[in-house]
Amino acid sequence: MIKYVSEFRNVQAVHKILKDLHGITKHSWSIMEICGGQTHALLRYGIDELLPKKITLLHGPGCPVCVTPLEKIDKAIYIARQSDVIFCSFGDMLRVPGSHLDLLSAKAEGADVRIVYSPMDALKIAGENPHRRVVFFAVGFETTVPAIAMTVHRAATLKMKNFYLLVSHVLVPPAIRALLAAPDNRVQGFLAAGHVCTVMGYEEYIAISKEFKIPIVVTGFEPYDLAMGIFMCVRQLENGTFKTENEYTRAVARQGNVLAQDLMHRVFKVVDRKWRGIGVIPQSGLDLNEHYAEFDAETAFNVHLEVQEPEECISGLVLQGVKKPFECSEFAKRCTPDHPLGATMVSTEGACAAYYRYKMIDGDKK
Amino acid sequence: MCLAIPGKIIQITQQEKDNRLGKVNFAGVVKVVNLTYVPQADVGDYVTVHVGFALNVMDQHDAELVISHLNSVSEQNEAKLDKVRQRIQKRSGRS
Ligand code: SF4
Repeated sequence: MIKYVSEFRNVQAVHKILKDLHGITKHSWSIMEICGGQTHALLRYGIDELLPKKITLLHGPGCPVCVTPLEKIDKAIYIARQSDVIFCSFGDMLRVPGSHLDLLSAKAEGADVRIVYSPMDALKIAGENPHRRVVFFAVGFETTVPAIAMTVHRAATLKMKNFYLLVSHVLVPPAIRALLAAPDNRVQGFLAAGHVCTVMGYEEYIAISKEFKIPIVVTGFEPYDLAMGIFMCVRQLENGTFKTENEYTRAVARQGNVLAQDLMHRVFKVVDRKWRGIGVIPQSGLDLNEHYAEFDAETAFNVHLEVQEPEECISGLVLQGVKKPFECSEFAKRCTPDHPLGATMVSTEGACAAYYRYKMIDGDKK
Repeated sequence: MCLAIPGKIIQITQQEKDNRLGKVNFAGVVKVVNLTYVPQADVGDYVTVHVGFALNVMDQHDAELVISHLNSVSEQNEAKLDKVRQRIQKRSGRS
């Protein structure tokens, strides 16, 4: 009986792939894993330390918590403080610092902020509290969007009048394009995030591979997947090919989940989106379209803010693979998981948090 | 927060077209999961679940292929390993 987890943590197999990788690596290469979940897995299993010296892993911007712009956090706090509001969010968002405080402090000060596992839980809360306005903080990449789309669709079917979304969805391919088009780009190959592709498939990535002449490997999250994804990417680099390949065949089909994509397109429209630390990336976000506009919290609460990001945090450069967390002067000094200055130190997928957790032993860099 | 985990469907509890639900076992923890996006999924299938929604049905054939690769590594059976790896590479290269 396959369990789809333990089998893919087979240590000997991972070592064998890494040994093969040492055998085929002749030149220096920089590879970016887009997804913060993969960053954490790579560090947690120590795969980064077993790679040939010639291979540099760059950690990408694929952490929705980390890239949610500061003003969205401020808006979330403003909305959560309204006396008739129940503000629902995934747990990761509560400790992300806004301009002055985070959602957790707003909660401590009396705001009704609740952690939910699924957006459907927030809809249920709205049904149980008809005299309160219930707002869900809709963050996430393409992996999360189908769940949100279905929830809004249900809310419309049920004619809910007290349910809203504060939307901050982001899309991966426009971010890859922006990274590759940047003058200081160092990325020579990508590991694409398997779960994003489970939903979206990988046809868009095939186009990017062709356009930018860059290998992309759709990769899963277990140690075997990560080692294999890196191996396949390096093999392409050494051979001078630039295709999109799929390592994660057990979970990803080329066309993705078409039903999920259909509903996404019925509920959302593509918009320009600001990424925390990075700035606006054209056509890189989703907002509710005109058919579902009544569920938009920013309109309903008439909250419009523009805020400056603090200068001490270099998370934008970390998210673009330009700097490593160690290179930030605040890392492990003023900025720690208990007192984060930036979102990348908060999130379970943030690169700074991963370095702090897996690379610091007794306060020293490992 | 992007974590998606595999679990096995043990019961379909609601069959509405727009709201299909089922119970999914994640290594012993059973949760109700929305199965609307995987109408083909049935009891016994493994699905990848993210924030309460199943996003796909695992391709058992591909999984077995990879696992036979892994096991062959453990057995240090190089010849078999190469064959399996070639097969995996052929399948994964289909773009
Ligand atoms: S260590 Fe803290 S301050 Fe420095 S980049 Fe990371 S989150 Fe920002």
